[in-house]
Order: sequence, then structure tokens, then C-alpha cells
Amino acid sequence: MPSYVIPEKCDGCKALDKTACQYICPNDLMVLNKEQMKAYNQAPEMCWECYSCVKICPVQAIEVRGYADFIPMGAAVTPMRSSDSIMWTVKFRNGSLKRFKFPIRTTDEGSAVPDGGFNTKTEELKDPHLFTEPDSIGTDLFTK
Amino acid sequence: MAQFETVEVTTDLLICGGGMAACGAAVEAAYWAKKNGLKVTLVDKAAMDRSGAVAMGLSAINQYVGLKDGDNTVKDYVDYVRNDLMGVTREDLVASIARHVDGTVHLFEKWGLPIWKDENGAYVHEGRWQLMINGESYKIIVAEAAKNALGMDNIYERVFITHPLMDGDRVAGAVGFSVRENKFYVFKAKAVLTAMGGAVHVFKPRSVGEGLGRSWYPPFNSGASTYFTLQAGAEMTCQEVRFIPVRFKDAYGPVGAWFLLFKSRATNALGEAYMQTRRDELEKWVPYGKVKPVPANLRNWLMMLDVMEGKGPIYMRTEEAIENLSKEVPDEKARKKKLKELESEAWEDFLDMTISQAILWAGSNIAPEEKPSEIAACEPYFIGSHSGASGAWVSGPEDLAPPEYFWGYENMTTCKGLFAAGDASGASSHKFSSGSHAEGRIAAKAAIRFCVENADQPNVDNANVEELRNKILKPIELFEQHKAGSSDPDINPNYIKPKMFMFRLQKIMDEYAGGVSVNFTTSKPQLEKGLELLNFLREDSENLAAEDLHELMRCWENVHRMWQAEAHIRTIMFREETRWPGYYYRADYPEMKEDWEVFANCKYDPNSGQWEMIKREIKHIM
Ligand SMILES: Cc1cc2nc3c(=O)[nH]c(=O)nc-3n(C[C@H](O)[C@H](O)[C@H](O)COP(=O)(O)OP(=O)(O)OC[C@H]3O[C@@H](n4cnc5c(N)ncnc54)[C@H](O)[C@@H]3O)c2cc1C
Ligand code: SF4
Ligand code: SF4
Repeated sequence: MPSYVIPEKCDGCKALDKTACQYICPNDLMVLNKEQMKAYNQAPEMCWECYSCVKICPVQAIEVRGYADFIPMGAAVTPMRSSDSIMWTVKFRNGSLKRFKFPIRTTDEGSAVPDGGFNTKTEELKDPHLFTEPDSIGTDLFTK
Repeated sequence: MAQFETVEVTTDLLICGGGMAACGAAVEAAYWAKKNGLKVTLVDKAAMDRSGAVAMGLSAINQYVGLKDGDNTVKDYVDYVRNDLMGVTREDLVASIARHVDGTVHLFEKWGLPIWKDENGAYVHEGRWQLMINGESYKIIVAEAAKNALGMDNIYERVFITHPLMDGDRVAGAVGFSVRENKFYVFKAKAVLTAMGGAVHVFKPRSVGEGLGRSWYPPFNSGASTYFTLQAGAEMTCQEVRFIPVRFKDAYGPVGAWFLLFKSRATNALGEAYMQTRRDELEKWVPYGKVKPVPANLRNWLMMLDVMEGKGPIYMRTEEAIENLSKEVPDEKARKKKLKELESEAWEDFLDMTISQAILWAGSNIAPEEKPSEIAACEPYFIGSHSGASGAWVSGPEDLAPPEYFWGYENMTTCKGLFAAGDASGASSHKFSSGSHAEGRIAAKAAIRFCVENADQPNVDNANVEELRNKILKPIELFEQHKAGSSDPDINPNYIKPKMFMFRLQKIMDEYAGGVSVNFTTSKPQLEKGLELLNFLREDSENLAAEDLHELMRCWENVHRMWQAEAHIRTIMFREETRWPGYYYRADYPEMKEDWEVFANCKYDPNSGQWEMIKREIKHIM
């Protein structure tokens, strides 16, 4: 199955009412088995392999096993996401490894200010300028 | 049946969806709502941090015009889009988005999105309009600004919107249900903005095992925008203009960086470059066959011709591209460094937005500098923001739109008070992530003006709400009622489960409406047969059954898809020509015709149940 949970590692998000993987999956696939307190993917054939659950799991209990109907076995692609960058480890079928690190944001988490510090020119609702324009465009708004 | 609580929320502007367009709308609406003492509410079926097409991240911003540096003009962008869509484009809408989009991109940068810069501090372009980004957290960053603008109190996550609420010809809100708890939601609003994305899994995907979910377009966008606008009685446009991207085969990894940044060629198995060998075919599609860049659908078409002649597989010549690029650097040490950079860029392109492709390469031991990789056409999708064009027929801006395209409020559909943006609005392709966000902002400002100028809260008929509630929850009731009749919850003569319902829809569309298995080819008799079978499906949709809330969502997703399918079939049938041969081919009308250089629109009347097909003239403003 595409995303899968390693039972040994999953702690059911310590029985909080909302597990991280269930919270984030855009396709509502991750659910918690309440008896075992382990999460699982309830419809792996609807998984986009988007890794949202993998990236958010606090204990790295979720991995992805490539779609079995067209991906040869043996590969693994594993992220480690921090607050400003992501590290990827790509393991090939033949055992070789590659590592990549990319930045993910340039500001502190939670700090996005809606107007980005740009000024508002007009308070008119009928005016075509949006609330940060023309400052945010950097030049006059095109009109006819 | 399990008890469902009804939750009522009264607001001024209701934003349906939490993707790029909805996040743009939230930021803009919050500002103007505050000024005017209004309330804005947003509803998303998922968690905004990772909902919609940008869930995984992206590796490029595909629309940036570069107005401040005079790189391009608004007209340049309009010309590009019109040509790519074979002339069928609302120039006023494309110009409207193009004049605002740079401002939105500059906001993304301020919010923290890393955009690549060169040594002089200028943006690094992938192509003329595309900027390279480190976009793993693109959606998180954009959602963060939206949440900060609206406040979490005004945001409902995990609520699935099913239907519009109407007060005569004016929209009055929306209804839906929580996919987490037994709650039925009634949102009453003065204006509604729909931005619930496009649709996938209407057609059968190439992979039907575990890989069913690996469509290029995300499986969680399922036609809610189209269904919502159709049921509000709004006019729709370009429902025939589906999008079929060409991507790395099977995992559908992006090819943009390879073509644009690495200047790679695609060839058939004999090493022939179809863009050259089949150049003469482009004559058939003039004037659009002769424009640069060659329209996306024609590039597909030339490739498909090779495949149909047995010249596949088709390859992206990665090994050749890397060799050419490294030849440009004569110094050995510098070349090694350059190769390392290229390798990292190539992998980031996958890891930022189609991780499956990285798994496929790793699983197949692919080293791109050693051997080429296969590319292929995906299956058809409905995505009005990319190189398809399906969506609602909306008003243009007062200063740019000709009178035929202007009815009071920018981005308002033909239904009073109902606005659309992103994939939900049509005939304004190539807005992508950035343009969708900008269009959401445009629509939101106009919608707030609508709320101010139409300050009365529309009436909501309680009997109608009750009727909708029963209809929406019926699959749960049906399951409870009949479950004892079979030892297998999925096989029961009294109902159909959403999964098999979806497979039935996909089989109809694939075989009769030009899917993968028939090489995207169809004809009137085929389409008529498809409609006949869709009609049975529509009747059977009354018998959809759901064991739980998750399945209830699947039921409604598939009803939404089914309506997208019907709008599509009716419109391809209406347009008696072939205009986008690489998207679909009408075998009975294989040529492009001048008198079909028009918009093919459709409209469903929810009261009479009748469809109306409408031709609308194309007006040039540039
Ligand atoms: C694979 C892929 C790669 C792409 N690459 C690029 C790129 O590199 N650069 C670029 O600029 N653009 C790219 N795009 C295009 C870009 O992602 C879209 O143009 C953009 O996301 C459209 O915005 P939207 O708001 O219309 O839809 P989305 O962003 O998809 O948002 C749809 C929203 O609606 C919600 N929703 C759906 N149904 C319901 C419902 N019933 N009830 C409530 N909420 C609902 C979803 O949860 C989601 O929040 C790519 C698209 C895809 C699919
Ligand atoms: S997020 Fe991780 S630990 Fe929490 S329930 Fe999911 S798999 Fe288990
Ligand atoms: S990989 Fe994405 S789609 Fe699949 S279960 Fe995880 S979050 Fe959901």
C-alpha cells in the first residue's frame, strides 16, 4: 500500500482526540484503530503519495511503499522536515543512496502578515486596485 | 439512523474551498470585510495546510508576467493564452488576472516562499512565465496568510460542501456535512464564492490497482465546483476543454523543468523528434498550429500520432540534455559542480511536487544522465486554471470587459451573488497557482461589494433545507435499512457503494467519451450511447449507500463527478468539430472549423431538469 504505518513506532498520537495524520490527509485516508491505538490508511488505492501524513507524523511512523502495480520493489524515499528545510533520502533498488536538502521557507512559522507590508492605495470597493496594489505589483495597475 | 445535529452558520460572504483561489479570496475579503463591518466564512473539505492541488508543494510558479521590470506586457500574456487554447479564451479575464498576478507573487515572497534568485538578485525563470521556487511548503505558507487574515473562528475544516442554497435566482448559501462528526451544516450567506477546484476520476485512470490514486490531478478534487454552479442554474463554459498533460509515464512526474530549464528533447523509440518530423501536421491547425510555443494540445497530438503508428515508447532524452548542458562548461571541475547542481534540481522538481516519480526512478535504478525516461499522455482532467478551460461563465472587470461579458460584478457567475475563481471559473486558462490566488482576490473584492450593495440577507426556505438534509444523508439511511440483507456490506442488490459507482462512471467516460483506452477519440453515436448509460447511472445515484461519514463523502464526490461528466459529454457533442486534437478527437468531425471559433456554453435548469446549449461570440479586447 502507498502510505503505511509501522505499528511499533505509532503511538496513536498519545491518544489525543485528533491524530496528526488524520488531521492532515487531504483525502481523509488516515484513521486510528482505537482498539490498537494505531493509525492506518483506509483506502490505499486512493492515496496520492503526497507525503503530507509522512511529513507530519511526530514519530516518523509513516512511510510510503511505491504503488505496487507499476513501481519495482526496493526503493524508499524518506523526508525529514524541519521548520526551515527538508532533507530527502532516496534509496535505490540497487541499494545506492542519494541525499538532498532544500529550503522550505524564509520566514518564521506563523509569521505571514496578510498585506506583506504593502500599502493600500484606495478604500473604494469599485476601484480595480486590490488592497495591496499598486505597491505589491511594483508598477501602476494596467487599465484600458 | 444515527442522529445528525444541524448546525446553522449565518455570514456575509461564504468561501467554499481552501485551495489557492480560496486562500487568495480569504486574504482580500478579510481586508474589505473589516472596512465594511462584514463577516467572511471559509469551508474546506480538508485541512487548509495541505488541501487541494498544491498539497504536496510545487516546484515552480507558473504565472509571473514581470510587469515591473518591463519583461512582458499584459497583452503578451493574453496572446500566449489565446493561442494555446486555439483561440477560445476570454481575453478580459486573462488580462484581469495577468495585471494582478505579480502582486500576488510578491506577497508569496514576503510570506516566506523561497523563490530562486540569480547572482544579481533577479528571479530565476524556468521559462518565459515560470519562476523556480523551493515550494515544498508553498501551500502551508499561503494558507497561513489566509488563516491569519480570517482567524480560525471563521474557518471550518473537514466540512464537505454538497449543494447551493437558493432564494429564487439569487444564491443564499450552501449546505454540507462534517466528515468527522454527525453534523449537517447550513451556511446562510449574502454572497458565495466557489473555489472547490476541478475534477479527476471522471475518466478511468491508466492505473487501476494501488496506482488508482496516482492521477496527475489530485484525487481529492472531485467536481464540487461544477456541480455547485450547475445546481445554482449558472451558465458554464468550455466544459469540453479537458486537459490531458504529458508527463513522465505512470508516476506522472513534471516535465516542465526538463523541457524548459534543461532544454531536453522528446523523441520516439527510433530517435525521431516528433516536433520536427511531424511539423507539416501543424499546417492543418493554422493559425494556431503556427504559433510559438506550439499549443500544448498540438504537442500532445504530434506525440500521439507517433504512438498510434507504433513508434512508441516516447522518451524524454534526459541523457542527451545533461550531456549538452555539461558541454557548455569546458572546465572539468566546474563541469562536475554543474552536474551536481543539475542533478539536485532535477530531483527537487519531483520531490517538491510528485514524490511518486522519485520513487519510480529509484525503484527502476534510473540515472537520468545515463538513459532516457518514458513520457506519456495522462488521462483527461477538468482543471480550468491550467491548460484546460472548463468552469463557470463569469463577468469580466468593468474597465476591460466588452458589454457582452460584463454584468455588474467581476467574477460573478450568471447566478446572482455566486462568484467563482481558480479551477471553478472558465475560459481563463493558464492562471495556475499564482493566477488562481490573484483571481480569488479579484473575486473576493467584488463579492464584498456585492454584499454591501445587496445588504438584505436572502431568504432560506426551511422546507427546502429539510429536503436537502434528507437527500444528502440518504446514503447512510439506505445502508442501515438494507445491510442485514447480505453478509457482504459491498454486495447488496438494494444499493450501490460509491467505489463501484465511480468505476461505472469511469468505464462509461473512458469508452464513450474519448478516454485512454480509445486514444481520446469519440463521435456523436458514441457520445449518445454514453449519455444513455449516464442516465441509468443518474437513476442509480439515488441508491448510493454509505457505511460511515467517509463513505458519505465518497458518495457525494461521485455524484459531483457524474454531473461534470454529463456537462462534458453534452458539450463535446454540441461542438461539431475537432479543435484541440491532443485533448479529444471527434472522428466524425476531424477538422477545425472557422464558424466554431466560439464559446460552447451550457446551462442546467434545476427546476425543469432541462439542459440548454449556447454559443457565445469571442470578443477581442487586445
Ligand atoms: C500536479 C499538478 C502540478 C501543478 N504544478 C504547478 C506548478 O508547478 N506551478 C503552478 O503555478 N501551478 C501548478 N499547478 C496548478 C495549480 O495547482 C492550480 O492552478 C491551483 O491549485 C488551482 O487553485 P484552486 O483554488 O482552483 O484549486 P485547489 O488549489 O486545488 O483547491 C481546491 C480546494 O477545494 C477544496 N474542496 C474540494 N471539494 C470540496 C467540497 N466539496 N467542499 C469543500 N471544499 C472542497 C479542496 O479541499 C481544496 O481546498 C499544478 C497542478 C497540479 C494538479
Ligand atoms: S501521526 Fe504518526 S503517531 Fe500519530 S497516529 Fe498517525 S502514524 Fe500514529
Ligand atoms: S500520502 Fe497523502 S494521500 Fe496518502 S495517506 Fe498520506 S496524506 Fe493521505
